[in-house]
Amino acid sequence: MRLITHNMLSCNIKGVTNGFPLRIEAGNVIEKEVDFNPDFIRHMFAKIEWKALVEGARSMGYAELPEDSPDAAVLKSDEPFLKKLHHALLELHLEEGALVCPETGRKFPVNKGIPNMLLHEDEV
Amino acid sequence: MKLKQLEGLLGDLEQFSNPKVELEQYPTGPHIASRMLFTAENSYGDITDKVVADFGCGCGTLSAAAALLDAASVIGFDIDPESLETATLNAEELEVEIDFVQCDITKLELKGLIVDTVVMNPPFGTRKKGADMEFLSAAMKVASKAVYSLHKTSTREHIKRAALRDFNAKSAEVLCELRYDLPKLYKFHKRKEVDIAVDLWRFEPR
Repeated sequence: MRLITHNMLSCNIKGVTNGFPLRIEAGNVIEKEVDFNPDFIRHMFAKIEWKALVEGARSMGYAELPEDSPDAAVLKSDEPFLKKLHHALLELHLEEGALVCPETGRKFPVNKGIPNMLLHEDEV
Repeated sequence: MKLKQLEGLLGDLEQFSNPKVELEQYPTGPHIASRMLFTAENSYGDITDKVVADFGCGCGTLSAAAALLDAASVIGFDIDPESLETATLNAEELEVEIDFVQCDITKLELKGLIVDTVVMNPPFGTRKKGADMEFLSAAMKVASKAVYSLHKTSTREHIKRAALRDFNAKSAEVLCELRYDLPKLYKFHKRKEVDIAVDLWRFEPR
């Protein structure tokens, strides 16, 4: 699972109002190179939840992104920044670990790169 | 990539080794899958450089097709861990990057506006009534550009009405009618192979 996917997952247990973002417990993280497409990264910047991305990346050992969402102006010219964003969104894979609901602490395990978001019967 | 090339690559994928009837697991054949994704890209530009989600991805045929047509990111969702294992192997075999998530797509609400396009071959609702509609409803909540889906031709009017009235679709269009050849997968199938007519739909969310 990559952080672009993490950015859209939340805990949907019945009654949970604040199930986003899921905290990442990283067991094994791997990196795989992906072609850099600056236009796509600019387009994504407008759509992602910055805080969720930064925290997720940190949990996976990548601390190069600034805490606060940068001004959109940097996207025009700052290629090194776009490359960092590209790396965080598309090149880091959580292979083993867990996603943890910020409200209930319920853990969703991640095995072989696949998070298991299935809920138990008493959670729906 | 040419259509024939895409169909050829998809033809080599592993399919369900032990299909589960309750989930209506029928493989999406390479003929249908290649045409579906090829049309989505060539006629509408909905795949290349886009974020594509595959709901009920099974062994990942549509996901793979999206990745082969250079989607920027592909995410396959399925409830069945065995299928996802096969889907992972298929992605590795083709050397494409696809994220897979195990979940019940009808219970999982995805956040944000990240997904551009949803592609899916949902259960037709022959085993669990209304399953096709639950999938369509979930897809319409997530896609910001378009949803491509297969539904039985016999349900055409019903689908159109529900999409426009209940699922907030701006448009619901049948792009073509296809023959879905269903191999004899399950014991209750009496004939060796049957053809059913399915529609390839394109829905645009509001």
